[in-house]
Amino acid sequence: MGIEKDTVEIAPGIRQVPGTPVVISPIDKIINWARAGSMWPVTFGLACCAIEMMATGASHFDLDRYGIIFRATPRQADVLIIAGTVTKKMAPIVRRVYDQMPEPKYVIAMGSCACSGGIFKTYSVAQGADKFLPVDVYIPGCPPRPEALLFGLLTLQQKIKREAKKWGFWR
Amino acid sequence: MATYLEINKKQVNGEKWEEPFYLNMGPQHPSTHGVLRLFLELEGETIVNCTPIIGYLHRGVEKLGENLNYNQAIVLSDRLDYIASAANNTAFALAFEKLMNLEVPRRAKLLRTIACEMARICNHLLWLATHALDIGAMTVFLYCFRDREWLLNIYEKICGARLTHTYVRVGGVRQDFTQEIIDDLYKFTEEFPSRIYDYETLIDVNRIWLKRTKGIAVVPPEDAINLGLTGPCLRGSGVYYDVRKFRPYDAYGEVNFVVPTGKNGDTYDRYRVRMEELRQSNFIIRQCLDKLPETEGEPVLAENAPDLLMPEKIKKPEPKPVPKKGVIFRGADVPVVPPGEAFAAIESPKGELSVYVVSDGSNKPWRLRVRTPSFVHISAIPYMAKNHMIADLVAIIGTLDIVLGDSDR
Repeated sequence: MGIEKDTVEIAPGIRQVPGTPVVISPIDKIINWARAGSMWPVTFGLACCAIEMMATGASHFDLDRYGIIFRATPRQADVLIIAGTVTKKMAPIVRRVYDQMPEPKYVIAMGSCACSGGIFKTYSVAQGADKFLPVDVYIPGCPPRPEALLFGLLTLQQKIKREAKKWGFWR
Repeated sequence: MATYLEINKKQVNGEKWEEPFYLNMGPQHPSTHGVLRLFLELEGETIVNCTPIIGYLHRGVEKLGENLNYNQAIVLSDRLDYIASAANNTAFALAFEKLMNLEVPRRAKLLRTIACEMARICNHLLWLATHALDIGAMTVFLYCFRDREWLLNIYEKICGARLTHTYVRVGGVRQDFTQEIIDDLYKFTEEFPSRIYDYETLIDVNRIWLKRTKGIAVVPPEDAINLGLTGPCLRGSGVYYDVRKFRPYDAYGEVNFVVPTGKNGDTYDRYRVRMEELRQSNFIIRQCLDKLPETEGEPVLAENAPDLLMPEKIKKPEPKPVPKKGVIFRGADVPVVPPGEAFAAIESPKGELSVYVVSDGSNKPWRLRVRTPSFVHISAIPYMAKNHMIADLVAIIGTLDIVLGDSDR
């Protein structure tokens, strides 16, 4: 008897008991699979990149086919796409939107301004969203093409799939 | 701030409770078109007072422009009104050309006009998409973005960028159109009028659309002028004014087009004006394309146009000019750009966009000032929103067609 002897590996890390509909897998795998398949970003545009974000969600580059649906409230969202320049006046509000999101939550910095301040090295612009938020994926470009945003979102999916023990209250 | 006890006392004594209900809308709100914040004073669901609070996207573009040379400052103009970049580029370029006394070749003028009108179509399509989405018509959003993508692809063939393309340069444009682009544009202008008809069939006879736009935010012509509205918002009130007709720049003097005006000055009329402008822009592009073969082989950049990296100093074996009192010389021996001031106004898709620039002789503008339509239009929100429902506020923000990057600069 043993898990390796009695079961067959059908996918990396997932084993099936032959002849039965029983599958044995670490809970991380299942949770990460579910999380990566339904990332819901907040409808939160700041500047130019928001237009490209809208274009990505619209008819030509359909985000819905990846299970990514824009939600208008942070309470229902998992991903915060910082699309545009974050000014010093706006930074506390971006932070509040992030704080209102339920765990687990991820941040994508879209565009040069959100990555590093970009060309706006002035008195009023926060030099990068990572000054006040934990950013997961950076997408450079001014503004990034919709394909770049799609690639960023898929990169975030890969990152979520690699996570371990990020569930439950003791995570 | 009244305490709970005081409220209770007033109700017990039979007095009417009169403190209004305050509501904060934005800056994170899906239909404020960016980061606009509105502070509302309500009575039930009716807006008594409305205070727009802006500055959440203030990036210091004007100040930044004073530390970059003239060619680099045009790059900043893309990020002002990021939906119609070509129009902003043109406004900056026109002001700088006036300052430097540059004569733009005719072919460059035609190409600029085409780029500007493409920007107008892009802008109005995005406006229609978001305005309709706010009011509740999802299909229009998808239809408009489909056709906008078509134009953005043409932009990409022209200069390589989709949104923030610095195609217009001081003294002309960056490069000539290839035959492929001209063919694409001909195909677009052939087909686009039928697309406009498509959008109109979707919402023009829709009872919900009519109820939510007719009679909402009525602005009489006198008030529209007093509020400083420009562009389609002014023309929707019935005022015949268009910078393209009254002070033609680029190639607008040699093309035919009609300036549409509304009658009642409500949201529906402004919608009609913009839909008609889509047709007129299409017509202008077509005329410019027909004129392009006449100017085949002409340069697209003026001969004496400044280099991309303008020199900080021009050294000449002449005695130093005596600096005038009060004028700061930034170490330039001979002026790179003639000292003086220039002003240029254009009809951007949102309204009148004007640039005022002062030069002190160096390669950087001494003062750069941009008058943007969105800033003025936001100041009209309290007037338009008075005694309307909260739900109509979304339509009012939509009909003004504001972009916060444009307003906060």
